[in-house]
Order: sequence, then C-alpha cells, then structure tokens
Amino acid sequence: MERTTIDLWFGAFVTAGFVALLVLALKVGNLGSERAAQTYRVEARFDNIGGLKVRGPVRSAGVLVGRVADIRFDNDRFQAQVTLALDSRYTWPKDTSASILTSGLLGETYVGLEAGGDDKKLVAGDRIQITQSAVVLEKLISQLLFSKASEPPAPAPAPASAPSRK
Amino acid sequence: MLDVRRPLARLGHNFIEGLWRAGSMARFFGLVIASSATSFVRFRLVMREVYFTGVLSLIIIIVSGLFVGMVLGLQGYETLQRYGATESIGVLVALSLVRELGPVVAALLFASRAGSAITAEIGLMKTTEQLTAMDMMAVSPMARVIAPRFWAGIISMPILSLLFSAMGVFGGYVVGVVLFGVDNGAFWSQMQAAVEFRYDVLNGLLKAFVFGIAVTVIATFEGYDAPPTAEGVSGATTRTVVTSALTILALDFVLTAFMLRADT
Repeated sequence: MERTTIDLWFGAFVTAGFVALLVLALKVGNLGSERAAQTYRVEARFDNIGGLKVRGPVRSAGVLVGRVADIRFDNDRFQAQVTLALDSRYTWPKDTSASILTSGLLGETYVGLEAGGDDKKLVAGDRIQITQSAVVLEKLISQLLFSKASEPPAPAPAPASAPSRK
Repeated sequence: MLDVRRPLARLGHNFIEGLWRAGSMARFFGLVIASSATSFVRFRLVMREVYFTGVLSLIIIIVSGLFVGMVLGLQGYETLQRYGATESIGVLVALSLVRELGPVVAALLFASRAGSAITAEIGLMKTTEQLTAMDMMAVSPMARVIAPRFWAGIISMPILSLLFSAMGVFGGYVVGVVLFGVDNGAFWSQMQAAVEFRYDVLNGLLKAFVFGIAVTVIATFEGYDAPPTAEGVSGATTRTVVTSALTILALDFVLTAFMLRADT
C-alpha cells in the first residue's frame, strides 16, 4: 500500500486530538484517581438537607470519602432520604453519625461523617441512624433575635439615653 | 397610499422559501448518509478532506484557543481578585472552555474557515459542470464529492474542539499561574475537583460532534444548491457562514438545556 503525506497528516491530526482528550481527562478532569474507586451505598434520613446536591461530597475529618448518589423525598415520614456512595477503601462502625455541613459560611454543602464506637461495620444497604440536619441560617438569626428580645435590657452605657434610671 | 401587499408578499415568499430549503436540506442529509458507503470503502477520500478541513484549520484553532484562554484568565482574575478567590481561576477557565466556548467557538471558526471553503469548492464544481460530468461518467457526485467532506467534518470538528479547549486551559494557566502568580497546585487541584469528565468533557465533545454534522451539512448543501453563477457561489458562501453560525448558537442552547436537565 503506497503511502502519501495525507496519511501522515491524518495520523498526526487524530493523534493530536487524542492527546488533547487525554489532557482534558487526566489533567483537567481528574479522571481515574477518584472515579475508578469501588463504592458501596448506605442511606440516611434527614429532616432538612439544606443545599445538598446529587454528586455532592461526603467528607470525614475533611477528607473526601464518597459522594451523594441520590436524594429523594420520603412521603411517609416527610423527610429527605439521601443515598451515599462511600469509597470501599474505608469502613465505618454501625453507629456512625451523618450531618449536613457547609464549608465556610457560603461554601458548598456536604455530608460529614463522624465515626462511632460500634464493633459491627456499616455494610451496603444499611441506614445511618444518627443524623443531624442542615443549619438554616435564617432560623438561627431569628432565634438569636428572639432570645435577645426576651432578655431584660442591658444597662445602657450613656446616661443621656437611659430613661429607666432613677 | 402605501402598498403593504408587496412587503407582505415578500415575507410570505421568504417564509415558504425557507421551508422549501429546510425540506430539501433534510432530503439532502438523507441522501448523503445513503451514499456514504464509498467514503468508507475508499477512506483515503475522507482523509484527504480531513487534511483540508481539519489539519489546515489547526493554526487558527490553536491560536484562538490560546488567546481565548488568556483573555478568560485576565478577565476572571480581575473579578475573582475582589473576592480573594483567585485560585478559582482554573475552575472558571476550564469549565467555560470545556462546556461552552471550546465547542461553540471552534465550530464558529470551523464554519468560517472550512465550511465556506467547502461551499465555494462544491459551488464552483457545479458552476464549471464538473458534477454533471461526473454524473455522465456514472460517478455519483454525492458519493465521490459530498459524502467524504461530510464525514471529514464529523471527524475533524470534535478533534478541533478538544484542541481548542486544551489550548485554552494552557492559555489560562499562562496568565493565571505564570503571569499573576496564582498557586500552581491550587490552580490544578481546584480545576480537577470541579471538572467532571463525564458531565463536562464528554458533553462538550457531544456538542462538537453535533456542530460538526450541522456545519458540514449546511456547507455541502449550500454548495450543491448554489445557482451556477459567480454571484450564486458568493451568495451561497455567505449563507453558509451565516446559517452555520445561527444554527450552532441555537443548537448550543437546546443541547445545553438538555444537558443541564439531565444533570440535576
């Protein structure tokens, strides 16, 4: 089969495209290191998941240990049912607790896992019993305001603006 | 009194003409697919067209990708700096390139660099009656001329889009890390945490693939359909670029809407 320059250019062009795909996959998209990991799924119910999203991170001690696989609304209990896909490299005691946390004040919402002390391990299909809901900032602020309002007024520093002084 | 009938008649004529063209373009598309067998039996025909549409577009794609990435880096740094989040520059550059700018800008460049050339070439072949001559020799111009260009576009477009995105990320790196001194590790690690291969890179590739089909179908159809005069070919070339650009942007909206829907 006779060879032409066109063959060379075609080969170089397709190779360049393939290299670009590899760069985008490995250097930009971080394929492989995290995706290849095997996972197992456990469930958890929360009263309020705040801004949690599917594919959001699951962290323990700040380390990424899994991803949120699914979020559904349980119409019998009126709670959110969250399925977590945890990395099979890590195992957890049965009484591990899950809470909805936020990284920083305005950062992304994630699920935080805190290990318990049980001898038995959490296996696929289990449910995490101890959960803590998301902190709703508005509720927190209104609680603070109401508790401040119900307190007896603090002694005013400036004498001019103190009407209750005898 | 102003005669309103004439503009109205022209509007109606243009509308019907548009429908007509859409219909013939659909039939043309089917015909190209039906006569594609030759392109794969004699794959060298496709390779030759990949050289003309893809390889010769490399320079413009690489240079534009680099500059688009650098501009994204500059503008992004300027804004992110106010919030002390300059490390996120990698996320900004990579996501906007891989999801949108890579496929769309590469397709626009491809339409104006390669699409217009395809239209002019086929239009001129028609004007000089080369296509008729082929028909006389029992060589199907569809199989010999149109289909190889169509498949070449489908092969080239995703590759060009990938190269555009990769060069853009490199441009963003040059501006962010080398020029402004954003931390190298944070630049890449934040980017890697935010960009998902399946949802971002592959969806971008799918877009490029669809744009490749759209641009080449429009370019070959306009050439094939061009009136066999110098004026006709020039008009067809213009129409290729205009129609391709509009189609790319409209398709991009539709595809993005579907992809975001599938995401959540």
